[in-house]
Amino acid sequence: MKVVVDLNRCQAYAQCIYAAPGHFALHGREALVYDPSPDETARGEIERAIHACPVRAITAYPDAADAAAGEAR
Amino acid sequence: MTTPPERIVVVGASLAGLAAAHALRERGYAGRLTLVGAEPHRPYDRPPLSKQVLRGLYSADTTLPCHPDLRAEFRLGQPATRLDLTGRVVECEDGSRLPYDRLLIATGTRARPWPNPEEAALAGVFTLRDRDDAERLGAHLRTKPQRVVLVGGGFIGFEVASTCRDLDIPVTLLVRDAVPLTAALGPRLGGLIGEVAREKGVDLRLESEIERMEGEAGRLAAVILKDGTRIETDCLVAAIGTLRNVEWLDGSGLEADAGGLRCDAFCRALLHDGRVAEGVFCAGDVARWPNPHDDDALVAVEHWGNARAQAETAAANMLAGDASAMRRHDHLPDFWSQQFGLTIKLVGLTEGADALAVVHGSFEERRLVAAFGKAGRTVAAAAIDSARWLPAYKAAIRERAPFPPIEDAVDQPRIRVQEP
Repeated sequence: MKVVVDLNRCQAYAQCIYAAPGHFALHGREALVYDPSPDETARGEIERAIHACPVRAITAYPDAADAAAGEAR
Repeated sequence: MTTPPERIVVVGASLAGLAAAHALRERGYAGRLTLVGAEPHRPYDRPPLSKQVLRGLYSADTTLPCHPDLRAEFRLGQPATRLDLTGRVVECEDGSRLPYDRLLIATGTRARPWPNPEEAALAGVFTLRDRDDAERLGAHLRTKPQRVVLVGGGFIGFEVASTCRDLDIPVTLLVRDAVPLTAALGPRLGGLIGEVAREKGVDLRLESEIERMEGEAGRLAAVILKDGTRIETDCLVAAIGTLRNVEWLDGSGLEADAGGLRCDAFCRALLHDGRVAEGVFCAGDVARWPNPHDDDALVAVEHWGNARAQAETAAANMLAGDASAMRRHDHLPDFWSQQFGLTIKLVGLTEGADALAVVHGSFEERRLVAAFGKAGRTVAAAAIDSARWLPAYKAAIRERAPFPPIEDAVDQPRIRVQEP
């Protein structure tokens, strides 16, 4: 899947780190780093992180199917 | 009243283009939606490129999440080459022609190339803007270069310097100004970041510029500074700013130059004579827009938050019908940077600020919020490892609150106004 965090919004409450420990981490007091492309098997953890974020900064969707590229509506 | 659009073309398949596509679908647009991208990749996120991607943490694939039901056609690796406003057609490099009812121009910027092409062509000389740039530079850093020389005193230069130090690679950072990061943060905060960089082992050289590079068999071997100093190095990153991707608009009639594509408060692109180009909108780094938080002074910013917000406003206005139903782009500029373990955040713009007040924390703790004043009004606030306090100041800046904005909080007994 694909993950992006709005780091303007992020205030380092670090709840994502408890929800999905292998995919989010703090470097220093507030610098959040995260896996932008976790394996599909991590979906449950990533969804927990999305819901745990007090400022709703995390967005994730499944990987785009290759067929979708180049395909008109 | 204009007819609702049935064919929307977005030129630029990066953060702004993708955000606009999402916003159009969320607003119920059901017609044809085409995103044209110069790079071969689906829209991806750039901020991690100078940090975790170079460092090799997690995946290097920063493709942005895309709604499974976006129903967009991506034309990738296919730069737009010409715009015909009369015929309402975008032409691409392969000669294909894309007709539109509404067009969004979100072509962004590219790295400013090193001015000497012979030096720029030396192996070991890099710029950093695209995913492919990050891949090339990352691969080179993994070979443990003897020293990385960074040119440019902006955020990219500092972020790459920080990443190199994390990788235990010696770094020399050349900054033309007497104090780094002043354009964005002012000298006090810029000076603080410079101090932190030095403590982390960066060889920070202020008021330093490169006179020339020395190559050996096509590879970078050393740089000679203007003061005559010679530094041996096999890796140089030129982080000397960006150029706006407006050349493809030459001859279109749109008011576009090195400063960006001029648009009005509703993100509508303007013609040379100042009239609105019907059906053409603009968002992201390429846009030059009137900033309502600075008396409508024209501004172009290269910020993640603005790209998204402006794309969303442009998308709403593309579907609004006539101007009376459009909303203005009133985003307050904001950005973040992560370096040397610190998170730096800014809201508002510090340009022209004449006063600074530390309103939480302190320089000594390296954890603080500083408000910036200009002629008695609060115009910006910067946070270092204090992101939670920033939203309160964001509100003050929007309201153009007197400076300093909050004077009686129990945790800030003495506010001292100083030079920025």
